[in-house]
Amino acid sequence: MPAMNMIQAVNSAMDIMLARDNDIVIFGEDVGYFGGVFRATEGLQKKYGLDRTFDTPIAEAGILGVAVGMGAYGLRPVVEIQFADYIYPALDQLVSEAARLRYRSAGEFTSPLTVRVPCGGGIFGGQTHSQSPESLFTHVCGLKTVIPSNPYDAKGLLISAIEDDDPVIFFEPKRLYNGPFDGHHDRPSGIWANHPLGEVPADYYKIPLGKANIVREGKDVTILSYGTMVHVAQCATEETGIDAEVIDLRTLLPLDIDTIVESVKKTGRCVIVHEATRTSGFGAELSALVQENCFYHLEAPIERVTGWDTPYPYSLEWHYFPGPDRVGAALKRVMEG
Amino acid sequence: MKNTANSGLHVPEPTARPGDKVDFSYIAIPPAGSVRMPDTAVDPSEIRDLCYDLIRVMDENGQAVGPWNPKLSADDLRRGLRAMTLTRVFDDRMMRAQRQGKTTFYMKCTGEEAVAVAQGMALRRDDMCFPTYRQQGLLIVRDWPILDMMCQVFANTKDRLKGRQLPIMYSTKEGAFFSISGNLATQTSQAVGWGMAAAYKHDQRIAATWVGDGASAEGDFHHALTFAAVYQAPVILNLVNNQWAISSFQGFAGGDRTTFAARALGYGIPGLRVDGNDFLAVYAVTAWAAERARAGLGPTMIELFTYRASAHSTSDDPSKYRPADEAACWPLGDPIDRLKKHLIALGEWSEDQQKALEEELTEYVTKTAKEAESYGTLDQGVAPSPATMFEDVYKEMPWHLRRQRQEAGI
Repeated sequence: MPAMNMIQAVNSAMDIMLARDNDIVIFGEDVGYFGGVFRATEGLQKKYGLDRTFDTPIAEAGILGVAVGMGAYGLRPVVEIQFADYIYPALDQLVSEAARLRYRSAGEFTSPLTVRVPCGGGIFGGQTHSQSPESLFTHVCGLKTVIPSNPYDAKGLLISAIEDDDPVIFFEPKRLYNGPFDGHHDRPSGIWANHPLGEVPADYYKIPLGKANIVREGKDVTILSYGTMVHVAQCATEETGIDAEVIDLRTLLPLDIDTIVESVKKTGRCVIVHEATRTSGFGAELSALVQENCFYHLEAPIERVTGWDTPYPYSLEWHYFPGPDRVGAALKRVMEG
Repeated sequence: MKNTANSGLHVPEPTARPGDKVDFSYIAIPPAGSVRMPDTAVDPSEIRDLCYDLIRVMDENGQAVGPWNPKLSADDLRRGLRAMTLTRVFDDRMMRAQRQGKTTFYMKCTGEEAVAVAQGMALRRDDMCFPTYRQQGLLIVRDWPILDMMCQVFANTKDRLKGRQLPIMYSTKEGAFFSISGNLATQTSQAVGWGMAAAYKHDQRIAATWVGDGASAEGDFHHALTFAAVYQAPVILNLVNNQWAISSFQGFAGGDRTTFAARALGYGIPGLRVDGNDFLAVYAVTAWAAERARAGLGPTMIELFTYRASAHSTSDDPSKYRPADEAACWPLGDPIDRLKKHLIALGEWSEDQQKALEEELTEYVTKTAKEAESYGTLDQGVAPSPATMFEDVYKEMPWHLRRQRQEAGI
């Protein structure tokens, strides 16, 4: 199997889907001739033509409005919002339109859109190129929210997202594009070629939405995480020597509740890790679900390790980022609890 | 420098408020037939003046004059008159149903019937419409069953939308009528996307969308114009300037500074400004724009200059913000009266026939309303099963919705 980084895996998914289905069109800011600022659509315009992968005006609300109209026609648009931080102008079209169209038309009109959104920090992007707004979307009924943590998952999940008949927000942690990142920013970064999940089949395959992945089995504590934080959680586990079960949620909505409940009932402890800000973050929902479903199995209070409730500060990025030390400290606290 | 500083915030005000004498003297009304009709392949830069003019066909004597006369057959004219009259009778009946408590909300299009009806006639039956809440005439002129519309208004057991949508927020894929949104102007960029998809598929169908003067201030409308211009989408962007956005006159959308049709200029899109109460003129400009779109020549923006004769909705009271007789003083008259006068002038219609038509349609609407009411009205509590509330959020119901449905005990 070829080694791919996450960009190449995402590109491969779109390449395959463009070849398989003429109803798929890809568009967004700079995605056409240039191939996107992160190169995720590189080569696709040349291979499939101007009308299948094209640039758009810089107007996120327009991109999504047009995508909703195309979806209503019967196409299957895959759009890129250049940075998650830029998605807010498009919220009305996503929240009030794409997410609710099936419901309000009783199934006559649908929005089979995929919205690819590079997210997260760790690249010195400052507060306008670093955000993780996933919980804004998990709060919206009618949307699905996906965040892969590695190239293999990214390709399989993206193909599932594109084939899904409901609108999917597909977050791509950009700190992981070129290699796994354990949170130790002062050490050399890894590369996907040296990681088992950097081996990606060249052909079509799918990873179903709504299925979590247990990336490390353990008996002491369950860590719920997704995206970049999966790698940070694994690192913290190794550094503390605590036998944690690390779950990569992969899809936040629909959530794989069964895998979560089974694990927490087994370990009796739970640490939730995400890069996004804490208050009303997805960790709050996870914490509530664990409490509702596993209360009598819990040996300690649930811990959340998250970004602070501040904007993502440019030069203080690594003070903001919830690295392995903070995760490790939380693991120790729950083990003492 | 001759101009001196003059501080102070300008806040627009209409020419008349309740108790004032109505003043429409600022509206310039050129004679019918005075505006030229360019070829549909014209370069937009050659017809910039049409954004500031007013295309009119019917003169004061009910004669159709000038280059924009669509020369419709008498049968087509009678069809248009019938659909407009039915729309008005339907609106009156549903308004009464709301007053009787059979539903909670209704919106009439009184005075604006020519917009949807003439445009619906000029479009093909399968051209996709992305309307606002005041284009019920599109469904009526397409012979969509008014029973189905009433069942939606009553949210009864035959409401195809399962009681999920506010009354009048119709949706029918078969009728090529897109699900209406209460979030204004969102449909405009969606229509452009639909048109782009049709172009991508080499489909001969085109898209048409409507937005009010007030909602044209929303960003979505400007995104629609940008994308339509960039991709030369086969779409007609209709801006219905009915002078009022609830209580805000058109000056709050920028109408005091320039015409709404002139919005098209900055985008390089042809803009036409038309007397929205002139059935023939509305038909003609729509047919012009449709031909242009279908020929792959790109989008057109049309400002339909009209007047909202009724309240914004059943929740609104216009006597609080505009003179009570303002509608009666509207200088462009009533669209139904004007088309009737034209047909009579042609010797193809009479006052007696109009009276008979109104009686026939009133009887038809009353009978249909009784049938619709037999399937339930909102106040009777006859609604779709509450279990349907959890359906269609997603194609397949996820576990958390199944669990919530169980929790609701349904």
